[in-house]
Amino acid sequence: MWRALERGFDAAFGAACNPLRHLGAIGFLAIWLLLASGVLLYAVYDTSVAGAWRSVTALETWPLASGRLLRGVHRYATDVLVVVIALHIVREWLHRHERGVRRFHWLTGVPTVAFAAISAVGGFWLAWDRLGQYSALASAEWLDAVPLLGAPFARNFLALDAVSDRLFSLFIFIHIGVSLLLLFGLWFHLQRLSRAAVMPPRSLALGVSLLLLVLALVAPVLSQPPAAALTEPVALDWFVLWLHPLTDASTRGVTWALVAGAMALLVLAPFLPQPARPAVAVVDPANCSGCERCFDDCPYAAITMVPHPQPRVGRLLAQVDPDLCVACGICAGACPSSTPFRGVETLVSGIDMPQLTVDALRRRLRQDVATSTAREPLVIFTCDHGASASAALSEDTSVLGLICAGQLPPSFIEYALRDGAAGVVVATCRDGGCEFRLGERWTAERLAGRREPRLRARMPRERLERVQAGPGDEAALAAAVARLRERVRTLSIPSN
Amino acid sequence: MSDTRPSTPHGLFSWLGQLVLYGLFALAIGVFSQWPPYHPLGAEQALIKLSVSHVGKPIGECRKLSQAELDKLPPNMRFPEQCPRERAPLTMRVELDGKSVLDRVVPPTGLSKDGASSIYERLAVPAGNHHLEVSLNDDVRPGAQTYTRSADVTLAPGQVLVVDFDANQGAIVLQ
Ligand code: HEM
Ligand code: SF4
Ligand code: SF4
Repeated sequence: MWRALERGFDAAFGAACNPLRHLGAIGFLAIWLLLASGVLLYAVYDTSVAGAWRSVTALETWPLASGRLLRGVHRYATDVLVVVIALHIVREWLHRHERGVRRFHWLTGVPTVAFAAISAVGGFWLAWDRLGQYSALASAEWLDAVPLLGAPFARNFLALDAVSDRLFSLFIFIHIGVSLLLLFGLWFHLQRLSRAAVMPPRSLALGVSLLLLVLALVAPVLSQPPAAALTEPVALDWFVLWLHPLTDASTRGVTWALVAGAMALLVLAPFLPQPARPAVAVVDPANCSGCERCFDDCPYAAITMVPHPQPRVGRLLAQVDPDLCVACGICAGACPSSTPFRGVETLVSGIDMPQLTVDALRRRLRQDVATSTAREPLVIFTCDHGASASAALSEDTSVLGLICAGQLPPSFIEYALRDGAAGVVVATCRDGGCEFRLGERWTAERLAGRREPRLRARMPRERLERVQAGPGDEAALAAAVARLRERVRTLSIPSN
Repeated sequence: MSDTRPSTPHGLFSWLGQLVLYGLFALAIGVFSQWPPYHPLGAEQALIKLSVSHVGKPIGECRKLSQAELDKLPPNMRFPEQCPRERAPLTMRVELDGKSVLDRVVPPTGLSKDGASSIYERLAVPAGNHHLEVSLNDDVRPGAQTYTRSADVTLAPGQVLVVDFDANQGAIVLQ
């Protein structure tokens, strides 16, 4: 279902700017906007019982609706953040990214949920209108279900004169202090990823920012009457404050169990039984020249460059940290010594995947092309995580599945053609849809000659068909094969 | 080389689709960030909050030490009077319109049982007239006094009545 949703969004946004594939990055955009607007709001905020409500309400009187924009962006960015965090968790979970090496990213994500929630709720208290007071009291009563302190927290809010200026300093500490914890947590979250997207593509960033501005103007965020009579109806932000009504409707025990249970589930998910981890990339020092291409391309920062033990070969040597390697094979696709044109009997690359070596790939390619009876055999390179080639199978096709399209050294395309193939299809996932984050991007850049290792310019391009066919895009893949077959046929008709 | 599937939006249909999706998202955010309004209490209800946090009286009388006893103590600990640290538990009873709604004994907190005892309860009641009887005891010594308060209150819908104990005045307060 998620896949269908993602494809629907592709149709509108284009695959490269599909918000569903940039949820984390949109979350970061929301956080940047929260930071920027938050600094300005803090500058005019009055940390006192008497002044808090007044200073926040005064925003509405700023010229050119600037205060309204400021407050609106701050509030709606929070709502957007809550929504994208929820979707981000769902998407990562559906992709089974709590498992294996990504356990790290999953577990470092979990505390950010709590930080974001605490900081968001605390923000409402600062306005100290009826809603803020209701939320503060409800939160205090909720916390009191677990007796930590001698006296219940909630007593601090019961009588208006019990609320002191000191309490507002506490609110500020919670709202801002916990936001900083969130940032710190996110810094951790993005460790072990290279080129993590902390900003969505430009058009998406513009779209979301515009959306927030329009919302802020059209549906201004206004303070409710100052905190006083305690139980008037309040206009509630259901994205952030849903826990309060849920607690009122059930009991504190129920919602505590719910929250603790959800957090426990998130923490335990990575420790549930899971398939054995695939073999990680292996470096062969004799074939590593220290060119750093694999180091540049590894999406999980699993490769470091160390001094080469045989300086005759190269000055540096790639080294794989098995705890970080997700076994995507993108490094093998990057290595110059993966080229099949080398005249060695057994092709050994500088860096390779034991479960599918470049040598095995070359053998299969040779054998398939040699045994093909078709006049114009076609070779299809697919990704195990992308569209299945079953719909495209026919007598003239030979399918070579890769761990990731990024595992394909571009020279294999030329090699296939030289070896007798009439055309080659390279299928990657859709833009931004790579299971290993960057495979489809590197493949596109390598084939376009914008990234090492480049597909050589002399290669006859009309015999290559590149298609974006993620899981479920079987029809697109089959269509690409048919197109190539047609083109190759016209090519082989003598032109005179 | 030929590429299929454009990765940027193409054509009117895509732009419209994008507009619709942004619009729907904005609508969802705009609406649920304030609607539906929430009524923490039913329309015809009021709330009584029992909120007391109080340190009970010591459980026993202080005792004067004899000179002989004092001499046995190290010089820096020779206080003429010795008082028990432990405090009495707090006993609170509340009757609303003749029915008991709270009858609770709360022990003092702290390792030496010398901390405050706290009670915090919410009672949602129909708005209107009520008769409230509150009694509070913080002393287990013989002849100890029990604080009581009885009151007829009229609660407007949505009103919150807080029942607290003011230790300085030694009185149960309703506010
Ligand atoms: C404020 C909250 C969060 C933000 C802003 C955020 C942001 C991000 C970003 C930017 C990435 C990198 C995406 C990329 O460049 O490919 C990422 C990856 C990831 N996040 Fe989060 N995240 C958040 C919370 C969470 C939570 C709560 C979880 C799960 C419990 C989670 C699980 C993951 C996983 C598993 C990955 C790795 C994805 C991969 O390897 O392809 N994140 N996150
Ligand atoms: S297999 Fe993938 S994750 Fe592992 S070292 Fe190579 S590029 Fe990095
Ligand atoms: S790409 Fe190959 S040659 Fe270059 S550093 Fe990596 S393993 Fe060594």
